Amino acid sequence: MEMPAPDARVMALKSSVVGRLRAALADGRAVIDDPAETRAYECDALTAYRCAPLCVVLPATTQEVSAILRICHEAGVPVVPRGSGTSLAGGALPTADCVVLGVSRMDGVLETHLGDRIIRVQTGRTNLAVTGAVEADGFFYAPDPSSQLACAIAGNIAMNSGGAHCLKYGVTTNNLVGVTMVLMDGTIVEFGGAHMDAGGLDLLAVICGSEGQLGVVTEATLRILPRPEGARPVLIGFDDSEVAGACVADIIRAGVLPVAIEFMDRLCIEACEAFAHAGYPDCEALLIVEVEGSEAEIDAQLATILDIARRHDPVELRESRSAEESARIWLGRKSAFGAMGQIGDYMCLDGTIPVSALPKVLGRIGALSRDYGLRVGNVFHAGDGNMHPLILYDANAPGDLEKCEAMGADILRLCVEVGGCLTGEHGVGIEKRDLMGVQFGPADLEAQMRVKDVFDPGWLLNPAKVFPLQTSAGRRERNRGPAPGAPEVLSAR
Amino acid sequence: MRTGEALSPTDEAELAEAVRAADGPLRIVGGGTRDIGRPVDGQVLSVAGLSGVTLYEPGALTLVVRAGTPLAEIEALLAGQNQRLPFEPMDHRGLLGTKGAPTIGGAIAANVSGPRRVQVGAARDFVLGARFVDGSGTVISNGGRVMKNVTGTDLARLICGAHGTLGVLTEVSLKVLPDVSFAADLTFEGLDDGAAVAAMSDALGTPFEVTGAAHDALAGTTRLRLEGAEASVRYRAGALAQRLSRYGAARTCDNCAARWAAIRDAAPFHGTDDDVWRVHARPSAAAGLVARADARRTLYDWGGGLIWIGCAPGTDLRARLGDFDGHATLVRAGEGTRRAIPPFAPPSTPIAGLSAGLRARFDPRGILNPGLME
Repeated sequence: MEMPAPDARVMALKSSVVGRLRAALADGRAVIDDPAETRAYECDALTAYRCAPLCVVLPATTQEVSAILRICHEAGVPVVPRGSGTSLAGGALPTADCVVLGVSRMDGVLETHLGDRIIRVQTGRTNLAVTGAVEADGFFYAPDPSSQLACAIAGNIAMNSGGAHCLKYGVTTNNLVGVTMVLMDGTIVEFGGAHMDAGGLDLLAVICGSEGQLGVVTEATLRILPRPEGARPVLIGFDDSEVAGACVADIIRAGVLPVAIEFMDRLCIEACEAFAHAGYPDCEALLIVEVEGSEAEIDAQLATILDIARRHDPVELRESRSAEESARIWLGRKSAFGAMGQIGDYMCLDGTIPVSALPKVLGRIGALSRDYGLRVGNVFHAGDGNMHPLILYDANAPGDLEKCEAMGADILRLCVEVGGCLTGEHGVGIEKRDLMGVQFGPADLEAQMRVKDVFDPGWLLNPAKVFPLQTSAGRRERNRGPAPGAPEVLSAR
Repeated sequence: MRTGEALSPTDEAELAEAVRAADGPLRIVGGGTRDIGRPVDGQVLSVAGLSGVTLYEPGALTLVVRAGTPLAEIEALLAGQNQRLPFEPMDHRGLLGTKGAPTIGGAIAANVSGPRRVQVGAARDFVLGARFVDGSGTVISNGGRVMKNVTGTDLARLICGAHGTLGVLTEVSLKVLPDVSFAADLTFEGLDDGAAVAAMSDALGTPFEVTGAAHDALAGTTRLRLEGAEASVRYRAGALAQRLSRYGAARTCDNCAARWAAIRDAAPFHGTDDDVWRVHARPSAAAGLVARADARRTLYDWGGGLIWIGCAPGTDLRARLGDFDGHATLVRAGEGTRRAIPPFAPPSTPIAGLSAGLRARFDPRGILNPGLME
């Protein structure tokens, strides 16, 4: 995996930049430049790649973010924005010549208005803490990425995060109505507000999912929803993955809209069973389907779903009759990633496919698994086609990570080939950056880069992400010191 | 002044060629039913010839369709599979006095959503992908046909609501949803605007999935819509009426689709000589704004998040409203007024700069509906 070589001009500016940043912040301790401490920021949740930054800044206000960006803009120093550092795609991976700007100290609630059904927060607040601020009033914030205990709204906006309940509630972009964002030159801009549909061009649409490349979002106004009266899952086991896939399509066609349809294959079922003892059946695939509403509505919807499931010869149909049984049905699924981690190191993919292609893609992933000699577990949001194949490898075996990455790339190419995309909810970051050409033609990528040209003409914000390095090279190097260095190959540790 | 003969390409390649070859401003139309914004002088480029469904997969809730396809055709196709366009696009013909067949491209380019927007989201929320031709005649593809997709910059949504000023839509990919078998309304009579908005906010804050919340100030009727299976709707209607009992006794009315079509299409303003404005605001501020508007007619939708306001011709409503969290669009007025008063709210200086920058890059010659959104 390549990253641009650090700019020697910028590296030489370290002490002056650190000094100016310290002078600009109310609390000088918010600038971290001791190499022992900057190491804490050397990677995000894609831990295979690491690089300590020039320094780390943890501002307390939007004005401080503005001051920091103005200083970096003037000095031509790249900035890597960071929320909680839970990106699985390397979205917050630093370069040696960058300032990491973390918003984690900015975690306040600025306004809650139940009548307007919005909450305004500073973006360092965690996803779960947003719901935490309104749950006593019977409301919740819908996007629910698995990392919701730790991940920040800033990162959710950067990656347009999803979660298990997107089929009904959408992803971040569908639940974001306004932001305060600081541009690279320090300009503070309000986009949208607490009303529906921002005026003018839909700039929120490009900001959400821009992976920290357009600006630093410091405040966000989010849509909150009343919590449903109740929710109940049903577990359905099959002796064939393809049949499970067909059952998903039939449920959707029947006009029921479950809030979640989760899929697990045999490897994941066994791993979860060993780890969490949820009492899952011994079968090839299982679905967890959850519906919401009043008791009577739940009964009616589940009756339809069970009726459809029975036509697909399930090996097990487990209806929950209590909150405890519901929790047991979810227990295994919720511990799936931890359970797979017990088996070995794994790489988690995030491609999305049309639901109709599920059987074919599962078959091809099985074949790739045999070809590469690496085991793959599949656990994913089946209702919306967002797959999470987990490729198991041994980080200590030389060449195993590279083999795993090659196989991951093959799976993502397959997702695109059947009409899907490289990433459904994790983002491109560095992980899928060099595969962008599989999904997009040169004109498509050029059009996307034009947006960054407008927001960040100097390409200083998170510059080496999202777009293939060669594709963005001209734009990035325009701003560099006199002798652009050869790219640096970051080897995995 | 409209110049030249209309350009009517029949496929994407022809459309791209027409844009490439254009030597002056183009006025882009689909069905020609939504004449919104500052009037554009230019050669008509019609997208109506790019028609037809590319892919419809009911089991994946996915529809891919060429931009010129009539909405009526799409709605009939979906109804055949008990599905629908969830965002309930408004038909502008009654309000604007236009003729023709509304197209999906027009609905998406103008981000047109109806009453259900308050619960399910806007047109842009159902856009999964788009193909469009930029101002240099280059075909650009963005997004895709799957429900979760964060691969690269979201240009598909940027194009949605850009009124053709960044590119000419040729194909859109949409998420559709199951249709419902039953709907019922709860109506309250005689609430003043403040109480009506409070009732709608309370209703939308319950778990009963209210999919429409409108208040016709002239008629004094506040209307809440519930949709789904009949038993479920009946249950929720009862529970909701009880929850809202402090606003008076609610009447129930089954399957009032015509009422909601009238709200969707701003029917109280049809055939009047008012200038008609759409005001997007926080519901909690809506009644206060209306008090300042000196309106002839007012219709609240989206629980008060959208206010239709009818004023005497030539009124600058924005001057009356002052600063507020939201924006006002002049949807219907004579051409002279729409040249004198910007139909779209002027953005802040930095946003104006960013918008101009995007237009300069996507349409370097400034030929796509120039000035329409200014």
